[in-house]
Amino acid sequence: MDIDLITNILYAMIRTGTPLLIVALGELVCEKSGVLNLGQEGMMLMGAVVGFIVTLLSGSLLLGFLLAMVAGVLMSLIFGLITMELSANQVATGLALTIFGTGLSAFVGSEFVGKPIEGLDPVFIPVLTDLPVIGRMLFGQDLIVYLSFVLFGAVYWFINYSRPGLILKAVGENPHAANAIGLPVFRTRYLAIIFGGAMAGLAGGYLSLAYTPLWAENMSAGRGWIALALVVFASWKAERVLLGAWLFGLASILHLVFQGLGFAVSPNLLAILPYLATVVVLVLLSSNQTRSRLVAPISLGNPFHARG
Amino acid sequence: MIKLEPRGERSSTMAYLSPVFAALLTMLTGLILFTLLGVDPVEALLTILYVPVSDTHGIAELCVKTTPILLCAIGLSVVFKAKIWNIGAEGQLLMGGLFGSYIALQLIEAEAFWVLPIVLISGVLGGMFWSGLAAILKVRFNTNEILTTIMMNYIALNILLWAVHGPLKDPEGFNFPESALFGDSALLPVLIEGTRVNFGMALALLAVVAVWVLMSRSFYGFQIKVMGVDAGAARLSGFKEKRLTYFALLLSGGLAGLAGVGEVTGPIGQLIPQISPGYGYAAIIVAFLGRLHPLGILLASLLMALLYMGGEMAQISLGLPLALTGLFQGMLLFYLLACDVLITFRIRLKPGKVTSRPPLPPLAPETQG
Repeated sequence: MDIDLITNILYAMIRTGTPLLIVALGELVCEKSGVLNLGQEGMMLMGAVVGFIVTLLSGSLLLGFLLAMVAGVLMSLIFGLITMELSANQVATGLALTIFGTGLSAFVGSEFVGKPIEGLDPVFIPVLTDLPVIGRMLFGQDLIVYLSFVLFGAVYWFINYSRPGLILKAVGENPHAANAIGLPVFRTRYLAIIFGGAMAGLAGGYLSLAYTPLWAENMSAGRGWIALALVVFASWKAERVLLGAWLFGLASILHLVFQGLGFAVSPNLLAILPYLATVVVLVLLSSNQTRSRLVAPISLGNPFHARG
Repeated sequence: MIKLEPRGERSSTMAYLSPVFAALLTMLTGLILFTLLGVDPVEALLTILYVPVSDTHGIAELCVKTTPILLCAIGLSVVFKAKIWNIGAEGQLLMGGLFGSYIALQLIEAEAFWVLPIVLISGVLGGMFWSGLAAILKVRFNTNEILTTIMMNYIALNILLWAVHGPLKDPEGFNFPESALFGDSALLPVLIEGTRVNFGMALALLAVVAVWVLMSRSFYGFQIKVMGVDAGAARLSGFKEKRLTYFALLLSGGLAGLAGVGEVTGPIGQLIPQISPGYGYAAIIVAFLGRLHPLGILLASLLMALLYMGGEMAQISLGLPLALTGLFQGMLLFYLLACDVLITFRIRLKPGKVTSRPPLPPLAPETQG
């Protein structure tokens, strides 16, 4: 294995891990407020298709990314309305959001399959890009990757050090107690859901505008679900979400590694790896029941009724 | 002003009406959507809901399409009753198809009455193997079954793709990713001459009756229902939670596996990469829409099968994207969840000073894994 190969693998690892990181950060914030939104996959797909169509028609990547986020937010608002106003089951509604998003994105995007666009170019940071091994990985990426670093820092600070972050956690642990001391449970949960939607939309946009600049049905290929597992894997901690997303990025590009090492393995079998890794990680982390109960937000998935 | 007011009890009328409302709202949205797309809305709706079943051939095809959806959904109704979220019917179906195909290809030369039963049983075992893994992961390792079953769907799909591109590919098939055609003795016999309606439909109906008896007449079914309503109460009554979990998941996986093997030995006749256009996911909607009741599920599967056929018909004659089916499926489930609010709440239109007490929080909050 030569140094170029390692450099390339590390570069691709971050690039592949970025959409996972973005969507998982959104879901982390959402789950911290006690809302389990299983609709990540559907919101990502809507972000991907809307971003792609907007960029194709307008020629503007910025507009594409912005509207991808708007699409994610609109999708998350459907989820919010049904779970919060109509007190529907979060699990079923999230599933519905994914099924709906998969269908709607395929419907909207059916005429845009296979059309080419100019994807997002990498921005090389002078000098730093030329660092051996890690230069390309950290400083030779596109803007959304850099944005994901910033987002990680922001979410990390928000959850651990800010006052609104504390409110978010209080709402997720015990919404009734939070309501009793006058914290805005509904507003907090809505904002968390919206943030989750925006992040999923952005991650979807990253897929169709930067990662593989094209639109294909179901192109998120389960990343929304992997992100959900990532949050469990990360024990609801932002820094572990970052680590996990990059590790899963690595698992997803192992075929590059195998090719580099000269192994011939069926691409279909290698495609199993990220999903298999997800299952293995879930097993490792969930086996200890007490521990998994302690790290999850206590009221995760529970509807909150009393309007404050 | 519209206000939601708690009923204080569950309205069983609304529980039955809600799926009807959901279907009507979906149709209404469809009408608006078609108008916006510049398609004659009435013609479009007829194309989707009536034209596919306007002749006997169409009705026969409806039965063919209903079979796998019904099998998956009836199995899901059991696990969902136990509040086990098996989202993996799709993967279990694919595994059933794969296992069945493997055996059918081994027995391709055999001409005997026992070939078909063996192929079908191996398909069922394939589905049970896949859901059994999910059960072990849930019971022994405490993993969230939603995430594991979803992941296993993707894994199953990739294993299937690997198999048809590799070991199970027809050596004389000009390198197409398809297996050889199965021998006649491995194919499901056609029930009605001149159509594709096969023995699988009979098996599906049998499964509906069996699950009905199991859930409403047997102690096992009772235990499953209690476990779903209140796991704590089930535990205190000495019900074996783990055994029930295994049972429910194996049953639903086996039925999904039967659906898969029924597709490859029925309408398809060989192993191909696309043995299911998402029947396993559609079955989730069907199970909810049918209120987890066998009869409701039978009706909902017919509707879902019609949606699949209607989507194809709309593509052929109106040039609408095939994804219409998926879009309608999603809308249907959303509307159902939204309409379900009417089971526990009633709508007050009167503006007034009637102050309603907020509903009490549930005594035992549902815990999510």
